[in-house]
Amino acid sequence: MTDAAWIDGALTSARPQAVGALLRYFRDLDTAEEAFQNACLRALKSWPQNGPPRDPAAWLIMVGRNVAIDDIRRSRRQEPLPEDEAISDLDDAEEQLAERLDGSHYRDDILRLLFICCHPDLPATQQIALALRIVSGLTVKQIARAFLVSEAAMEQRITRAKARVAGADVAFETPGAAERSERLAAVAAMIYLIFNEGYSAGGDTAEVRAPLCEEAIRLARLLLRLFQSEPEIMGLTALLLLQHARTAARFDAAGALVLLDDQDRSLWNQKMIAEGLALIDKAVRHRQSGPYQIQAAVAALHARAAKPEDTDWAQIDLLYGALEIMQPSPVVTLNRAVAVSKVRGAQAALDMVEPLGERLSNYFHFFGVRGAFLMQLGRNEEARIAFDRAIALANTSAEAAHIRMHLDRLMRDSAPHGAKAK
Amino acid sequence: MLYAILCYNDEDSVGSWTREQDAAVMKKLAVVQDGLTKQGRLGPVARLLPTTSATTLRKDDPPVVLDGPYAETKEQLLGFYIVDCKDLDAALDVARDLGAANPGGAYEIRPVGLFQPGAIAK
Repeated sequence: MTDAAWIDGALTSARPQAVGALLRYFRDLDTAEEAFQNACLRALKSWPQNGPPRDPAAWLIMVGRNVAIDDIRRSRRQEPLPEDEAISDLDDAEEQLAERLDGSHYRDDILRLLFICCHPDLPATQQIALALRIVSGLTVKQIARAFLVSEAAMEQRITRAKARVAGADVAFETPGAAERSERLAAVAAMIYLIFNEGYSAGGDTAEVRAPLCEEAIRLARLLLRLFQSEPEIMGLTALLLLQHARTAARFDAAGALVLLDDQDRSLWNQKMIAEGLALIDKAVRHRQSGPYQIQAAVAALHARAAKPEDTDWAQIDLLYGALEIMQPSPVVTLNRAVAVSKVRGAQAALDMVEPLGERLSNYFHFFGVRGAFLMQLGRNEEARIAFDRAIALANTSAEAAHIRMHLDRLMRDSAPHGAKAK
Repeated sequence: MLYAILCYNDEDSVGSWTREQDAAVMKKLAVVQDGLTKQGRLGPVARLLPTTSATTLRKDDPPVVLDGPYAETKEQLLGFYIVDCKDLDAALDVARDLGAANPGGAYEIRPVGLFQPGAIAK
């Protein structure tokens, strides 16, 4: 049975491998993409009639390559069009090709394809848009919707990004070990960016942006299947799963952000949590820690706590301490301070974040967290100033609404005792 | 005779089902399973986590632990165990013990996502 949904799914999952191989062959992104599109059109005609091929990706690579070569030849000499049959009838050839292109070849093809999208000249948003278009095969319309911009604007953004990478020098030889691990790190960072683009959405847009999170997880799993023994890729995949597991509990009915402590934990997706925890288990065996594994371990400690008060904050403090050494950043220290406030109190936490003020002077979370510590210490006026600043810096309406809730509480608490609402 | 029914499918496409699609399939399966349970004919049912969560123990001497699922084609599936373990290391310890008793071949260790113990009538 070859129904439309099956073909659609097969084309989507073959895409990174097929476009990656075609890119290695033609060394030009547009030609590779067009070749893949042509192969897909032929698949839509051929598969329902002849049944699906044993290896859809190999079929698409073969047909895409043949069609593109014919196009090139035709443009040189005015030759008659080849018969469709001649191009698509390649049972034997397909088998040969599948054998020749073994797993390790595919692996570097897909990695290269992803790596091209992480070109350092491209701003993060363009990297993401390009990866979603080229690797994931999302339509410009889908991507524009997820980014909340017009289709025309997204089209332009992708065209520009493509032009940039077209001029870039990318090695097509099989990468060496050092180069491969560099590429892997860049690609992992980009996948995390895709995820965060979806995850940081406000409640009003969370639904249209959720596909970004799902796509990031799909790409992380793909990468993990290609590089099965990389603990950081296990960590990345676990991190995304454990964070995404909380999606249903992160916003209330009105679209306001619900903090971890206040979330209805019965809404957490236990299947994703189980998979995330299993991946951390695998990663730990390698005794080769890294930033994604540590962040995943933090997420796992939250996932394991049935109630907020069960959370092992002391362990989270230690993990963030390790992350601070590995990847020093004021944002990591800020996260650690939240754990410290639970273990050693608000004053210790405040002492920790005060030196960050200069570097985080435009960071919403800094003022939100600092305000919360000040509030816990009863320094309400200072807390109010911090919260005001946070609202001014909020990225989404959900963030602003959340801080306003704190402010309302402050106003109530600061009111004269007789007037205090009870 | 007891029969094992092993489930094969493309994990990418099954994994990309929405929660609603997944629930719909599970509901239809439950109808079939409930019928078997009432007749006392259904044994344990397990849904495994994706192959990315798999680890393989090659029962060589000494045994070798590899990340990822069992990927060879020269050996065939001959049986399986379901064991309660606190983590992957504990599961690997069990597999090593089993492997010492019966060397050769490999064990693929996969976390179980969903488990129904079932009840076969004696």
